[in-house]
Amino acid sequence: MNKTWNNKAWFMVLPVFLLVAISAIIPLMTVVNYSVQDTFGNNEFFWNGTDWFVDTLTSERFHAALVRNLSFSLIILAIEIPLGIGISLTIPKKGWGVSVCLVLMALPLLIPWNVVGTIWQVFGRVDIGLLGHTLAALGLDYNYVQDPIDAWATVVAMDVWHWTSLVALLCYAGLSAIPDAYYQAAKIDGASRWAVFRYIQLPKMKRVLTIAVLLRFMDSFMIYTEPFVVTGGGPGNSTTFLSIDLVKMAIGQFDLGPAAAMSIIYFLIILLLSWIFYTVMTNSEGAN
Amino acid sequence: MARITLDHIAHSYKANPQKPTDYALREVHHVWNDGGAYALLGPSGCGKTTLLNIISGLLTPSKGRLLFGDKDVTRLPTEARNIAQVFQFPVIYDTMTVHDNLAFPLRNRGIPESEVERAVKETAEMIGLTAMLKKRAKGLTADEKQKISLGRGVVRSDVNAILFDEPLTVIDPHMKWMLRSQLKHLHKRVGHTMIYVTHDQTEALSFADKVVVMYEGEVVQIGTPADLFEKPKHTFVGYFIGSPGMNVLPAKVAGDKASVGEHEIALRAPYAELSGKTELGIRPEFVKLVHGNDGVPVKVSAVEDIGRYRIVRTRLGAHEVNAVLPEGTPVPAEPRAVFDTSRLNVYLDSHLVEARQ
Amino acid sequence: MSAVANTARAERPVTIGTVRSSNSGRLSWLVPTIYIVLLMLPIYWLVNMSFKTNTEITGVFSLWPEAPTLRNYEVIFSDPSWYMGYVNSIIYVVLNTVISITAALPAAYAFSRYRFLGDKHMFFWLLTNRMAPPAVFALPFFQLYSSLGLIDTHIAVAIAHCLFNVPLAVWILEGFISGVPREIDETAYIDGYSFPKFFVKIFMPLIASGIGVAAFFCFMFSWVELLIARTLTTTDAKPITAIMTRTVSAAGMDWGVLAAAGALTIIPGALVIYFVRNYIAKGFALGRV
Repeated sequence: MNKTWNNKAWFMVLPVFLLVAISAIIPLMTVVNYSVQDTFGNNEFFWNGTDWFVDTLTSERFHAALVRNLSFSLIILAIEIPLGIGISLTIPKKGWGVSVCLVLMALPLLIPWNVVGTIWQVFGRVDIGLLGHTLAALGLDYNYVQDPIDAWATVVAMDVWHWTSLVALLCYAGLSAIPDAYYQAAKIDGASRWAVFRYIQLPKMKRVLTIAVLLRFMDSFMIYTEPFVVTGGGPGNSTTFLSIDLVKMAIGQFDLGPAAAMSIIYFLIILLLSWIFYTVMTNSEGAN
Repeated sequence: MARITLDHIAHSYKANPQKPTDYALREVHHVWNDGGAYALLGPSGCGKTTLLNIISGLLTPSKGRLLFGDKDVTRLPTEARNIAQVFQFPVIYDTMTVHDNLAFPLRNRGIPESEVERAVKETAEMIGLTAMLKKRAKGLTADEKQKISLGRGVVRSDVNAILFDEPLTVIDPHMKWMLRSQLKHLHKRVGHTMIYVTHDQTEALSFADKVVVMYEGEVVQIGTPADLFEKPKHTFVGYFIGSPGMNVLPAKVAGDKASVGEHEIALRAPYAELSGKTELGIRPEFVKLVHGNDGVPVKVSAVEDIGRYRIVRTRLGAHEVNAVLPEGTPVPAEPRAVFDTSRLNVYLDSHLVEARQ
Repeated sequence: MSAVANTARAERPVTIGTVRSSNSGRLSWLVPTIYIVLLMLPIYWLVNMSFKTNTEITGVFSLWPEAPTLRNYEVIFSDPSWYMGYVNSIIYVVLNTVISITAALPAAYAFSRYRFLGDKHMFFWLLTNRMAPPAVFALPFFQLYSSLGLIDTHIAVAIAHCLFNVPLAVWILEGFISGVPREIDETAYIDGYSFPKFFVKIFMPLIASGIGVAAFFCFMFSWVELLIARTLTTTDAKPITAIMTRTVSAAGMDWGVLAAAGALTIIPGALVIYFVRNYIAKGFALGRV
């Protein structure tokens, strides 16, 4: 679309700019400010250079949390994206089933995140939870409070439960935008069900899939509330993700400098990875 | 390739059709020849798309049978009918090259790769896409994409019919003309039965051997372009085909005379007594405007110069009569319209009636 | 099967393919049904618990309440420190939605219709804020709003949530506005409408579904967020989600009340989804989430 050049349009953007600037730039400046200073309390700060950054980047605690975050994001992407696509293919196209499916599937998305945590905390308990109780009854040694692997499985299951619907709804929207003629043409060309998926549905879903991967990556990389409620970062530090560690550091231990440096590194990692994801996913289109 | 028999086919979208108007497609019974080029022509909502969908297998007709050759395909799904279709909007496989698009229907049917190569090459040459075989289909123009859709049909030599659903809708006007003539040429070469749905008379008349004119769910005439022009079987056909359309005048018919208002017009032969709504139909091309005492007096209301000829819009009493005059022919000061008796048709309740022999 | 170039018009045998039988049609409802049942199970368990007494919860394992009780809900509805949590949450969520949409509308219009100095950078910068981890901002927010004296007010949470909701609203609305032809704007100017009048009277009704979708997402993300809302409030504006976490850690294990409180937080979301169900697919379809 050929847009007209008009710098007065800035006045229309100004409210948004001010709102976001208050919420983003001032806090960000605070963070940057802390990240280069040290304090012994009494509100006395002194210049500390890039020490906090070096400390953070070389700290094992940070590395461990980063690896946990990356593994978590990769695991849930590997499960939620294919599962979401699969489910979107089975949502009815018309009739009363559409509304029922959409409303029920969207429900987990609208539950406050700590309540999601609570639901799974309760659901997974061996003594009072349906899941934990059933697994125990089946003779499995399941206890997410004590066993790191069980804790991970619970947190992953919770995220899949919480967010797969988002992927499914996005893909469903992508699918409903495909004109019927494509399916008709595929039938005429004798295409198998797989060929229809591979050559019609998947290419047409590309745009929404890019968004789904980006959103799920960003949000899973920032995850805090749900695992915090369920496991509190434990057992040990096994589910201490970057956010949990950061809040522990900033609000629990009041280590403002290291926390601020970690915040900035954390934010930059998300930006960088999102940018890489986005570039790879949009460029592969032009390359083929 | 196949002869297509529409055996008393009718379709209604209502579960329990009662009156004739409940039918989107009223009963058709016709046999379409193997290798023929047919056009389904009519305004939107006339039932042509319904008929096309019945042939393609998207719809099962409420009544009647559809035969390809001698085989009943009424209840077969699209994929089992072995047809090809070109849609209104280009349907191509975005991620594939032009070559793979053309090869797709063959590969899906497990045809050996050497055979596929040969067929694809031949098809690409026929539709003029040889130079683009290696390109990705996504970046092509609309007309090239439509050619690919067509190519996917032509590449299979054994298709029973190729269906076209208003395929030139999204094509630039100057390309439309080219594609039309290429299509006509292609039809001569491959000899498939082709069925072309359109609301554009130029497309229909230039493409088809036989034009099927539809109106309000009814097939009102099937004929060659010449038939439709000279002997429209329904006033709608006369009106819809030709520019301007046929003049239709309410008239009383008695023997070999017709009267429009107070004016009397001679007919070529006597007619039996007609009860119902009777009308005269005459093409503007067969109306002459003369000076003198012949014909009936008309008042000129407008003259449109179209280059090689002029359209003269006149009124005969309350009725409009158009005449087409060759360039250079003057319009008389007190014109009288003379109708070519041999081209004058009589309609009873919109349908053509023949004179008594 | 030889290919192409049959110039002869002799009648040839008709080829009819065999019909592939597919059973996917009959069983297609199975997958969504299983999926939905799995989605509903944990929620059911919470609701189930909310109708049980604590003795039943910890004592016997039962798939449905054997002695259904409303005691847990009574606890919540009779104690202001509980039920005010819902009121607080709703106040700041609604405030945030109103602020976000009001600010985002003109901006989205500007991004959609005009080019101006730094427009692309601005748009990208807005979106990067959607990627900001709330954990990064929790502490600076606390300090910022402390210095402004806004701690423990609804407006503080509402404005803080604008950080991620405003960019989102701009993004969604820009998509919808770009779908409205420019000619409509021009026609309205010719008809002598002033810009504000045109915008409110003509333009906003045109993008009503877009506003609905944007409001839905603002509501959703503000409603589900805990970290920032908890950090910025202490008592007067404390959201229900924060009250729940406090109770879990302090009051020991009153599972029944916890479950009831959790079940009640699902209701507003469910209502909102029900009302916008027809817009969800549309909003998603624009690829703007």
